[in-house]
Amino acid sequence: MLASILVNDQFQPKKWKDLRVGEIIRIQANETLPCDMVLLSTSDPTGVAYVQTINLDGESNLKTRYAKQETLLKMPDEGKVSGLIRCEKPNRNIYGFHANMEIDGKKLSLGPSNIVLRGCQLKNTNWAIGVIVYAGRDTKAMLNNSGAPSKRSRLETHMNSEIIILSMFLVALCVVVSVCALIWLLNHRKELDYLPYYRKQDFSKAGAKDYNYYGWGMETLFAFLMSVIVFQIMIPISLYISMELVRVGQAYFMIRDTQMYDEASHSRFQCRALNINEDLGQVKYVFSDKTGTLTENKMEFQCASIWGEDYSGGNSKIEQGGYSVQVEGKVLRPKMKVKTDLELLQISKCGNGTKEGKHVGDFFLALAACNTIVPLVVDTSDPTVKIIDYQGESPDEQALVYAAATYGFMLMERTSGHIVIDIQGERQRFDVLGLHEFDSDRKRMSVILGCPDKTVRVFVKGADTTMFSVVDKSSNASIIRATEAHLQTYSSLGLRTLVVGMRELCASEFEQWHSSFEAASTALIGRAALLRKVASSVENNLCILGASGIEDKLQQGVPEAIESLRTSGIKVWVLTGDKQETAISIGYSSKLLTSKMTQIIINSNSKESCRRSLEDAIVMSKKLVTIAGVVGNVGGSSEAGSTPVALIIDGTSLVYVLDSELEEQLFQLASRCSVVLCCRVAPFQKAGIVDLVKNRTSDMTLAIGDGANDVSMIQMADVGVGISGQEGRQAVMASDFAMGQFRFLVPLILVHGHWNYQRMAYMILYNFYRNAVMVLVLFWYVLFTSFTLTTAINEWSSMLYSVVYTSVPTIVVGILDKDLSRRTLLQYPQLYGAGYRQECYNAKLFWLTMLDTLWQSAAVFFIPLFAYWCSGIDISSLGDLWILGVVILVNVNLAMDVIRWTWITHAAIWGSIIATFICVVIIDAIPSLIGYWAIFHVASSVTFWLCLLAIVIAGLIPRFAVKYLYQYYKPSDIQIAREAEKFGNLRELGAVQIEMNPILEPPRR
Amino acid sequence: MASKGATSSGGAKDGTSDSSSSSKKNSKKPKYSRFTQQELPACKPILTPGWVITTFIVVGIIFIPIGFASLFASEWVVEIVDRYDEDCVPRNYTYNQLAYIQSSETNKTCTKRLIVPKQMKSPVYIYYQLDNFYQNHRRYVKSRSDKQLRSRASEGDTSSCKPEAVGGNNYPIVPCGLIAWSLFNDTYGFSVKNKALEVSKKNIAWKSDQEHKFGSDVYPKNFQSGGLIGGAKLNASIPLSEQEDLIVWMRTAALPTFRKLYGKIETDLEANDEITVVIQNNYNIYSFGGKKRLVLSTTSWIGGKNDFLGVAYLTVGGLCLFFAISFIFLYVIMPRPLGDPSYLSWNRGQVN
Repeated sequence: MLASILVNDQFQPKKWKDLRVGEIIRIQANETLPCDMVLLSTSDPTGVAYVQTINLDGESNLKTRYAKQETLLKMPDEGKVSGLIRCEKPNRNIYGFHANMEIDGKKLSLGPSNIVLRGCQLKNTNWAIGVIVYAGRDTKAMLNNSGAPSKRSRLETHMNSEIIILSMFLVALCVVVSVCALIWLLNHRKELDYLPYYRKQDFSKAGAKDYNYYGWGMETLFAFLMSVIVFQIMIPISLYISMELVRVGQAYFMIRDTQMYDEASHSRFQCRALNINEDLGQVKYVFSDKTGTLTENKMEFQCASIWGEDYSGGNSKIEQGGYSVQVEGKVLRPKMKVKTDLELLQISKCGNGTKEGKHVGDFFLALAACNTIVPLVVDTSDPTVKIIDYQGESPDEQALVYAAATYGFMLMERTSGHIVIDIQGERQRFDVLGLHEFDSDRKRMSVILGCPDKTVRVFVKGADTTMFSVVDKSSNASIIRATEAHLQTYSSLGLRTLVVGMRELCASEFEQWHSSFEAASTALIGRAALLRKVASSVENNLCILGASGIEDKLQQGVPEAIESLRTSGIKVWVLTGDKQETAISIGYSSKLLTSKMTQIIINSNSKESCRRSLEDAIVMSKKLVTIAGVVGNVGGSSEAGSTPVALIIDGTSLVYVLDSELEEQLFQLASRCSVVLCCRVAPFQKAGIVDLVKNRTSDMTLAIGDGANDVSMIQMADVGVGISGQEGRQAVMASDFAMGQFRFLVPLILVHGHWNYQRMAYMILYNFYRNAVMVLVLFWYVLFTSFTLTTAINEWSSMLYSVVYTSVPTIVVGILDKDLSRRTLLQYPQLYGAGYRQECYNAKLFWLTMLDTLWQSAAVFFIPLFAYWCSGIDISSLGDLWILGVVILVNVNLAMDVIRWTWITHAAIWGSIIATFICVVIIDAIPSLIGYWAIFHVASSVTFWLCLLAIVIAGLIPRFAVKYLYQYYKPSDIQIAREAEKFGNLRELGAVQIEMNPILEPPRR
Repeated sequence: MASKGATSSGGAKDGTSDSSSSSKKNSKKPKYSRFTQQELPACKPILTPGWVITTFIVVGIIFIPIGFASLFASEWVVEIVDRYDEDCVPRNYTYNQLAYIQSSETNKTCTKRLIVPKQMKSPVYIYYQLDNFYQNHRRYVKSRSDKQLRSRASEGDTSSCKPEAVGGNNYPIVPCGLIAWSLFNDTYGFSVKNKALEVSKKNIAWKSDQEHKFGSDVYPKNFQSGGLIGGAKLNASIPLSEQEDLIVWMRTAALPTFRKLYGKIETDLEANDEITVVIQNNYNIYSFGGKKRLVLSTTSWIGGKNDFLGVAYLTVGGLCLFFAISFIFLYVIMPRPLGDPSYLSWNRGQVN
């Protein structure tokens, strides 16, 4: 890979790996950047470069980067330029960059808009020249390469604690063997010299000395170490490998699931983390973002309130493609069509002279100017028609700019210094003197424009809470009141609202602002805070222009999905940055909140009031739950039995709750509520809430979101799910699983999660059992060999045992077995409860399995032992019988537990048994091994076959009987559903029953 | 195929969708197949009372006859077991058995009389049974050289045989190792009514061992020539493949109580016949408290006399029938309709 680097006034190719910081690099169109560079100049005379950052954050829209005017002028003459750039140490924040550049003794500030990062592609720009500031491993792209934090599944954590138990068991076995060996040695110490099978003394040389004997202490130690070697399969190392294979298989099926394919975005389900598949089956808390997750994040401008007038009548889409502009004989029109209000359209078009018309004009000018949208002109098939595509990072802004364009205020051009807006067919140029970007503290942005009429105006756009505090309340109180009323109506309709304000700056004010803005924007330390201060100094005493209402459409299938999740007993928490009314209205439309629910709302402004309202709320929820319980017990109607509580809490209250002792109270309250709605939360609060729940309960948490603001939450939760939506791919990059739509969460956790959990849980238990049986059989034999660790089963067979003889069936069953069909699981989401109740893997099951293991190993070992007691059987023959006994028993045991028999399962299980026979035969056909031909001799006797039969039947009887009794007399939900599925009365009986008792409240444990 | 799925997911991540044509995009949709949707035709057995009870009854019905057959077969076998290690030590050596057996001076011949309880059809197998002899001891099992036994060329391959690897003159011992060194060396002579019974010592070893594990060109060398004699000596002119006693002995026994085939009597023995056995009591088990027994036995299809399998089968079969009956009983008094939704945990609370 070569890049062209300026060496001795000429651009020469240089290898990527040889690039050094400080070199000047030239990038051609469509080239990928090899390093992070500060732009010096571009082919565009205004110094704009367009880059695509798809490799960094996955967003495919073009982003604009600017070269500084000062450097821009220097470059064309290619003379010697000397300058000094001071920048931060390399870090992984791809959205931030603070530096300054000294050139000709002048200090220029550099920000994120001046740097192009490694991995970006230059688009729509012929060339760009820049200085390398970070190269190689220091580039932001490389620093971000670490990927999502590694997580370990809950099941695996539990499994590891059980493995410790097994290890202790192993040590115990080894201690028993070595102590017995010691006792045996001490008892026989006088005979050892001549004992025919021990012969401690070596007489071959003159002078008798000990052969291979190092004293009883060492011999005991050797016995211990040797027993560790012989019994080490007790620790199922192969289980980890099998688990990985099974997870790959499960991931394959999840990816291939046609029901989780998003037709709209052509995106498949993605399994980004391979080690927490089974956690999907144990989720108890779901934390969901709202925007882009529950809603589509396709914003549509719906209505506006301008100067106290409400314009929300229009619902007709304008024919003829809406507003368009003629430029040089070509028709330009915006890409998206917006619903318009006819009256408003009339005013904006014709009412230029009227006062009303002026207000409307200012309002749309603010919408068109106060943003960071870049208009791109795209050719269409019709040569006379061109389309303007507004590219930007915020969908709200896009919607507003499209709306402004439709009403005749079309943003045509944007550079770092000016914008061109076509106002009702007349092109006007505004100088952008300054831009205060949106930040989550101010919750507003502002732009300072030098208008054609030489006035300087500041336009501000932001959330109502922060806007009303900076509005000049004295002059137009009635308008503010009217606007507030309109905002109330808009947000109750579920619309997102923004308030727009404006102020004219006088010359002195402007000068004052300008100098402090320059100083702040070149500061290297604390620039953000300084800029914020400058911004708030100018964003005050605003004259309110109006407010806009944008509809955020619910995604397809969201209400149904949320209902399923709630029915399954999962607690759904929605964390949103929206205001309370919007959040509640979305809550209703998404069926998160129902009219039957009692809402507890906490809005507090101090810690004390917060504490008080939390305490009250806990008392109230207790009362409600007990009433519900009493009524439920008496047997009243289901409506009375279910008074679920919904908690609604806002970000301000959360400030006092998080990281204080109130966390505990909030958790107690929240654990009684079936739904929690947190509004006005900042990204870090989202993570804080997830952390709050995660620290206080052992239940699994799942976070789902689509935007960069959900990343912290996604990484904090046990399972992070990213939605590849409008807001870019940061969430997907941070997630463990990614999918196209929120509704896929239902098949993901209710179906695949359930299956994965059940399969993995069974596989772990089975693997423990499988290895322990083998170890115990070896152990029993040690007791009959004077504790010397002779193995009757030859080394090859013990090695192949967990690799060939028994591994394939467990992997196949782990991948393919499923306890219930997809339809049943979706129809009865309650069945999911088995996962978070840990029904498939718990300490009780572990110990029961171990008990069964003890019995089965005894059956395998002692039946042949007694059958061949006092006979001429040799070591290898008996060993062959034992290994075959173990393998058949273990495989038949698996066969007994298989729920769905497909031909693959049949092939794996019976194939393994046959393969074992073949392997044993092959091993016994090697003349150099002592077991030569043993299998043929022993298998020619009837006793051998009778022993095998007796081993299998006697070994499995207890398990079979217990399993039957348990399934028949203490059936789990899953068992009943399986029976219903099999005998077909699922629908006839089930549906009626369920309809009579709509499950609004999840079953209590 | 699983890995293929994983890589295709990687492909989806690449995000090259920008350039790919729309038809290519459509191909990203997973193709429907019953396999990928996990809907392969399958049989879903459920443990219904009917199936479980039938299974138990069937197992019981199969096991009990087998048990009886095994027991009868075992009963049918006639077996004479005679422990002679103590009886064959003269009175004056009772408290010093070790001295008796180690001395080359003492008379090791010992005569015992056995009564045949029932008619024994030929062939009557002669076994010697050793108790408390750990042929499966780790040190012992390893102390042999299979290479040396198989071919003359690797005579010197005795590294695994220590401490019985080389003789005093540093020549390799053939066959080397503790197993061969401790070869059993008691001999038995049988006579009925003063007429000697012929004991056939042919074909007592495995054919496979004779043909492939013990070389026909390997002859004993330096065997039992050291200071400590462990057991029998071998005729140096007979190749190992013909030394059947050695071959039998070297198939080390799995358990500390074991029998090894000594020979066969090819004539029938009648009931109440008195067999006179002349035993050369050479083998030293006195040093470690072992026992020696002489066993004469016929065989049946089940092998030797061993009631265990029969009893085990009867027990298991009986248990199965017991389970079947008790499950029928349980089913009659406490039936549960299968798949009844009222048993579901979320319905249970509301019903009562």
